[in-house]
This record gives sequence, structure tokens and C-alpha cells, in this order.
Amino acid sequence: MRLAFTIQRYNPELDSAPRDETYHLDVTRGMTVLDALIRIKNEVDGRLTFRHSCRSAICGSCSMTINGGEKLACRTSVRKEWERHGGITVGPLRNLPVLKDLAVDMGSFWSKVRAVEPWLTPTPLEGEGAYQFHNVDACIMCGACVAACTVHEVDKGFLGPAALAKAYRFVADTREPESARTARLASLQGPTGMWDCTRCNVCVEVCPKDVQPMEAIIRLRRASIEAGYDQTGGARHIIGFRDLVARFGRLNEALMPLKVIGWNLRKFLHILPLGLRMLLKGKVPSPWHSAMDGPERVRALLERRREP
Amino acid sequence: MMLTYALYPGCAAKGATPELFQSTMAIIGRLGIAVTELTASSCCGAGVVGEADPDGALALSARTFAQAERLGLDIMTICGTCQGVMGGANRKLKSDPALLDRVNRILQAEGLAYRGTIQVKHLLWIVVREVGLEKLKDEVQVTLGDLKIAPFYGCYILRPSGDLGFDDPEHPHSLDQVIRAVGAEPVDYGGKIKCCGFPIILEKEDIALAMNGANLKEAKDAGADVMVTPCPLCHMSLDIYQERAGKKIGASLNLPVLHLPQMLGLAMGIPAKDLGLQRHLVPVDAIVKVIEERKSIS
Repeated sequence: MRLAFTIQRYNPELDSAPRDETYHLDVTRGMTVLDALIRIKNEVDGRLTFRHSCRSAICGSCSMTINGGEKLACRTSVRKEWERHGGITVGPLRNLPVLKDLAVDMGSFWSKVRAVEPWLTPTPLEGEGAYQFHNVDACIMCGACVAACTVHEVDKGFLGPAALAKAYRFVADTREPESARTARLASLQGPTGMWDCTRCNVCVEVCPKDVQPMEAIIRLRRASIEAGYDQTGGARHIIGFRDLVARFGRLNEALMPLKVIGWNLRKFLHILPLGLRMLLKGKVPSPWHSAMDGPERVRALLERRREP
Repeated sequence: MMLTYALYPGCAAKGATPELFQSTMAIIGRLGIAVTELTASSCCGAGVVGEADPDGALALSARTFAQAERLGLDIMTICGTCQGVMGGANRKLKSDPALLDRVNRILQAEGLAYRGTIQVKHLLWIVVREVGLEKLKDEVQVTLGDLKIAPFYGCYILRPSGDLGFDDPEHPHSLDQVIRAVGAEPVDYGGKIKCCGFPIILEKEDIALAMNGANLKEAKDAGADVMVTPCPLCHMSLDIYQERAGKKIGASLNLPVLHLPQMLGLAMGIPAKDLGLQRHLVPVDAIVKVIEERKSIS
């Protein structure tokens, strides 16, 4: 069916007053007014100006006046408008300055929203950065990070970047009671939890919203160690690594495995054969000597960091 | 005209992969690179110290930067992980004056301060961008001919690309270019930009070996005779743990893995022993034999 669309055109820089222009278009089943405007712009008059973005009634960009009422063009059916009004007329939002055609200046609208200070006034939070969600709320659940995760590729049970980042968002929220926070951290210590991540940075690279899921996982691990979950292999790795750097200035690979496995004979016997082969190849550094000049300065630096 | 850098050795090249340091020192003169080693530099933290103490880890890097700054030299790294950690730290410190100030306060007790004037560059980048591939080709005495070499980039030299800004994280070229420059053929395979699993290999060996083994097998299936990596931590995973990775995935791997400067050294005609090749767990004899034969012909 071919319908007429009457659209208000106005370029304040050139025109003395707004004028109506009529476009004829073959309409199809399920067509929205936004679909029609896009087709007119693409096929009839490329100068027609209007705002649009999500096409799903979320962003609000395409609000305009359709048959005398303010509506979102993306969720306004051409057929229903025609049945209700017997025609389709489109204009810009009323009572706002027109920039061009259907696009208006929203500046006054936003300044009114800002004028009411539309946010909660929180009680002061304790500790620096206590309320940082590290951008996790920007996640749009696209799944790209999980699909790309190099650990998930071989370990399908791994909770993965998106879910762990989401967990961090609640761990970081000081409105959660301490007991719930502790339970949340406890539930993520086991196999498939936060300690499976290798920090390969793939999730950071592919995330389209800069959520940096890996950074959120690192913060979950830090929160775990601070909450006393310091006996998992991963936590022992971090603590042991820092201890060795504080002692030798550089990492001592001869002692690092012992820091992770602790006094566990079975695990020791598991790594022993590799250690012996490395020793024969001259790949085991001295467990007594530092490889750098002046390791005591690094020790002092890291000890200063631990002082409260 | 020599290119002069402050050499940051990192931990592995002075610890479990001494052949990386040895082979680096064996080749850089031939490429017109002179170095002053930062013998009083610490560990960069490897991203691990930063998990517990982000500012403390930045201070470790800033301390090294301040030492290089005193020499008036940019830093050359020989470890992909060091490059990622220190490159990221340098970007953060240079772009955030408040952070730089906070970190310098940590260094104050030692009488050090970083002003944010140096750059951190991996040997691979220096070879490609500053030495130049033509100069490298001039130094090639034994063309590695029809050897198929699988590049294994490692995570931290590629990602996050916003911190590194050298190679394309999806389709990196630098290591492939260097492989071509020494007359060999780079093997293309998906695993070349994936993770070797090393950071969790001590506590989650099964997962790490599955990752490691998959990458090695993919390279081998794509025809690789040998693999090369610019990261000694990847090397430890790929070489030291290769036999276990093969058992884990039920495949016979036996793929020799070279450090970047070892590959360059072999092409320059430097004896295998001077490049520390005898220190590898996966034997490199077959590759060395091929190269030695070519040397005697040419």
C-alpha cells in the first residue's frame, strides 16, 4: 500500500518559517514510522534530518510529534496511525527550539534534569574507592568475553569473565552486608571460580564496553586475600610471589613452586621430576642468592607498603 | 651509529631461562645495539604483585624507569610479560600526574623519582622498527631456508593493545616479519595469539597444560618444525612443560621452542652452544643439525 507522509521541514539557517512536505512511500507489514523516515532519507531526500539510535524504545532519540502526539517513532506503527488518524503527519517535539527538521535542541531538557540533582545523596563511605564497580555496570551481556576467554576454551566449567565481573560488582557494593559479601567470595574460591583466570587480557581486548572484566577478577582475588581466603593455590601464588620479590628483589624460580604447594608431599613429588630435569639443564637459580644488586632496597620498599 | 638502551633483564633471563640472557648478549652487537644493564633493577611484578598491591607494583616499575632516566636511556626489555607490565605502568604513570606523584612518594625513601620521560621497548619491536629488517637480513649468514617456524607471541606483548600500541592484537605481524627476514616461513595458526597457561601452571596444572598443549599441537599440525617466542614465561610453559602437555592432550608434540634471540643467533651463524640451546628440555638437536649442515655447505 502506498501512503502519504507529511513531514515538517525547517532549516533555521536558511528558511524563514517551517513548511510541510509530503512524501509517498510503499509501506510494508509491521513498518514503524522510524522505518518510514529512514527509507525516505535513504531513497527520496537525503537532507531530511532526524535523530535515532537503538530502534528498540530504549534510547529515546527518536521522540517526535506524530499525528499531534509525542511518540517514539521506533515503536509507532504506521498502520495503526493510519487507521486511527487517516493520515500521517510528523513534526519535531513541541516547545523546544528546532535545530533542523525533526531534531530539536535538548539542552534545556537536560539542564532541568540536572537541576533536581537526580542521584542519591549517600552517607560518606569508608575507605578510598570503596564504591568502585570498575565499570562493570556498563556490561551489555553480549558474551564476547566468555566466547574469547582462553581458559574457558579448555575449561568449559569456568565461570568466566562476564559472570565474575558481575560478582565483583556486588562484592564492591558497600550496601551488601559483610556476611553476604563473605559468602559470595567463599563461593568463588573453588574449581571453576576466580582462580582459573590466567590474566591473558583477551576479555579486556574484546569487550566492546571497556568493562575490563579481568581487572574485576583481579579485584575479586584481592578482596578474597584481604578477607582471609589466602590458602588457595592462586592466593598462595600471589602472596608467595610478593614475599620472594621482597626477599630477593627479583623472583626466585627455585622457591616459587614451594610457595604455591606449601608442605604438601604429594604435590612436591609431582613437581620434583621437572625440578630435577631443570637442575640438570642449569635452569634452577640459586635459592640463596639474589640476582640483582641491592635487593634490600626492594625489600624496604615492599615492607613500607605493608605498614598500615 | 649504535642504538643504545638500558637493558632490563627481568627475572627469568637471570633465573630459569639463562639462555635468553646469553643469546641476547650474543646477538645485539651484530644488530648495532649497545646496552647498559640495569643491574639494580627489581622484578616488574609480572602482574602478580599488582594483584595484591597495585601501587606497590607500579612503584617497582617506576623505580626501574627512574634508574634508566638517570642514564638518559630508554629501556629494552627481553620478556613479553615485562613489556606488558612495564609498558602498561609507563602509560598509566605518564597519563595521570596524580598517580605519578603518589608512586613517586613511595620511591622517595630511596631518593628516586620518575619524571615520565622514558620509553619501554621489547627487543622484538626494536628489531622491527629501529634496527630494521633490512639490517637484520644483512646479518643473516645461514638462511633458515624451508624451516617452518611457528610464532608464539604471548599475551602481554599484544594485550591490552591500548597499553602497548605496537602490534595488531588480532593479526600481529612483527614476529612473522622477523621469521621471514631470517629466511624461514612463518606458520599461521590460531593459537599464536592465545595464552600458554603459565600464570596458573603451578596451581592449576591441568588447565594450563590443556591450553599449552592445544597451542603446540595446532602449530605442529600446521606444519611447524620449530616454535619461537619473545616471552621467557611462555618458553617455560612451552618447553619445560611440553612433555606433560603432550601426555595431557594425548599427542606426541616434540616441538623445539626457541627464544627470539636464539632464532636470530642461529641465522647469524652463531654456534648453538653460545645461544644456550643445550639448556632446553625439548631437544633442539634436529634443528641445529639442519642448520650446521647448511653452514658447512655455504
